[in-house]
Amino acid sequence: MKSIADIMAIRDAMQSQIILRDNANADNEIHIIVEMGTEGLAAGAREVFNALVDEIEERQLKGVRVTRTGKFSEETKKPAVEVRIPGKKPELHQALTAKKAVEILESIAPKTAK
Amino acid sequence: MYRTHILVCGGTGCHSNNSGKIREAFEQQIKERGLDKDVCVVGTGCFGLCAVGPIIIIYPEGAFYSGLTVDDVPTVIEEHIVKGRLVEKLLYHEKALGNVAVKSLSDTNFYKKQTRVALRNCGVINPEKIDEYIARDGYQALIKCLTELTPQEIIDIVSASGLRGRGGAGFPTGRKWQFAKNQINDTKYVCCNADEGDPGAFMDRSVLEGDPHAVLEAMTIAGYAIGAHQGYIYVRAEYPIAVERLKIAIAQSREYGLLGDNILGTGFKFDIELKLGSGAFVCGEETALMTSIEGHRGEPRPRPPFPAVKGLFAKPTILNNVETYANICQIILRGADWFASMGTEKSKGTKVFALGGKITNTGLVEIPMGTTLREIIEDIGGGIPNGKKFKAAQTGGPSGGCIPAEHLDIPIDYDNLISIGSMMGSGGMIVMDEDNCMVDIAKFFLEFTVDESCGKCTPCRIGNRRLLEYLDKITMGKATLEDLDDMEQLCYYIKENSLCGLGQTAPNPVLSTLRYFRDEYEAHIKEHRCPAHVCKSLIQYKITDACNRQRVNEVNYGIGKR
Repeated sequence: MKSIADIMAIRDAMQSQIILRDNANADNEIHIIVEMGTEGLAAGAREVFNALVDEIEERQLKGVRVTRTGKFSEETKKPAVEVRIPGKKPELHQALTAKKAVEILESIAPKTAK
Repeated sequence: MYRTHILVCGGTGCHSNNSGKIREAFEQQIKERGLDKDVCVVGTGCFGLCAVGPIIIIYPEGAFYSGLTVDDVPTVIEEHIVKGRLVEKLLYHEKALGNVAVKSLSDTNFYKKQTRVALRNCGVINPEKIDEYIARDGYQALIKCLTELTPQEIIDIVSASGLRGRGGAGFPTGRKWQFAKNQINDTKYVCCNADEGDPGAFMDRSVLEGDPHAVLEAMTIAGYAIGAHQGYIYVRAEYPIAVERLKIAIAQSREYGLLGDNILGTGFKFDIELKLGSGAFVCGEETALMTSIEGHRGEPRPRPPFPAVKGLFAKPTILNNVETYANICQIILRGADWFASMGTEKSKGTKVFALGGKITNTGLVEIPMGTTLREIIEDIGGGIPNGKKFKAAQTGGPSGGCIPAEHLDIPIDYDNLISIGSMMGSGGMIVMDEDNCMVDIAKFFLEFTVDESCGKCTPCRIGNRRLLEYLDKITMGKATLEDLDDMEQLCYYIKENSLCGLGQTAPNPVLSTLRYFRDEYEAHIKEHRCPAHVCKSLIQYKITDACNRQRVNEVNYGIGKR
């Protein structure tokens, strides 16, 4: 048998899992798109993608969504991500590592802000 | 931590299109490729767009793939999951936009005009996992009720919201609860009517299949509000998936202490039991339903006494429909004002409709009350296929009526539908085009009610049988105009003298088609002609010269012999 506190704990723990399935508010959220074409994957795009998702999970960040896409273009230095903040011009970040990607996330959504 | 969620529709529509196999194939191949730590495969309830099933949605992209087969699974995994590329050819294609691929479900015309309250979790969570329901604020309304609100405050919120019964009659839910609460009795009952029997209706089934906990939670709240400790869900045995998921949900709730003797440690006691109906349509009528739960033959009894005074086992009882319950938790959490902000003056909130018949997007839609029929059929439903013309929409099932094209712009709510001779009913909506004969439609629904009449009262048992005989006569071209007038008289007689809702509404399909399509009846009678070419007895085949020549040649000269 569970107590009210248990139910609240389950809710908080599960919410970050389920939030992925809610794109009703997608237009107002920060959107990070990871380029995951063949070259991107070879250059480590999956590590970048995973690092971003893990960081968001760890910090329980809300309103940031990470998605994948195919190749942006031949010219981009892989791995690359595009950051779309509502109301601003999309920004391209190139030649990333997992660590750099997390730094970008930090610059968009500082830890203190949550 | 899963980075990708593959949601596979497990509603009855997609299930019968093999979605179970597709889910298994995803699960197996994801595992084989070692992706099972990153990707989770979730079986959900109905997404709504049953016409293009089986459907899957992949998040975080929200990519909406339709009409999938097991053979498509490797492509989707390789392209979408591994390489991050949308599989263009498998995406849903919107015909209205010139057959372009639509990336996500929320971008389709079908979804844009919908507002999902009762269906909010359908197609989002795995209905077999209570934790996913809890993550979507599940059981928060119950916690709020048990810890912050008195029973009277709960009833006041439900009353203020303006919620009316979604089973068809539209009785104010709050008032029903108040009647039951006012009764002084140690034993009271909370019942849920899940005996959805209208032809073409599958709203309640989809809620039970997609979000069973929402119904359990709302029933528990209702129990607390009126002072009941036992609930019953009367569900048709013909809904195996819904029954299975309800059983799982009840077991999980008991395990979590959300049902039982001491709910969440608050001392409140409530439990729910399932009762399976065997498919008698009359058991959807409230008194017949309760008689059936008691173990007797499902026959209605006169009211008053109303169930709130003397219901199940002669105790005060409330009986609400599945969809009504599915609204309760959201009303408690988001407030009566939020709910009352949707809809028309006298009909608040949203209504789920099961769209069927001659319509492009067959499926489940939830719209705010006050949406016009035109918006439902043309925008959400995608219009009539094959370039045919709209003739009528039938709402309210065998108790309802047909709405002709001239009333397409009427805002849908309880009172408007009654004023044009139909009714809201539970939410089945069958669209008909120029190929449908309205006399034949009336006959179809009447055959159904004649079959399903329990036989207890004479007007319904014999009157409807006579009515059907009139219709038979008309479709065979043997009726007179006098018969038509007698038939109309009989309709009113049955309506006024039947015991329960079944008989009182059974002539509605005849009356409404007479009202709007009298010319079709007259064509059958006066000209012995069925304008839609449906009634077989009135179709004549002629042997022309061309046929004769063929026969002569065959017999006399052996030419062209088959």
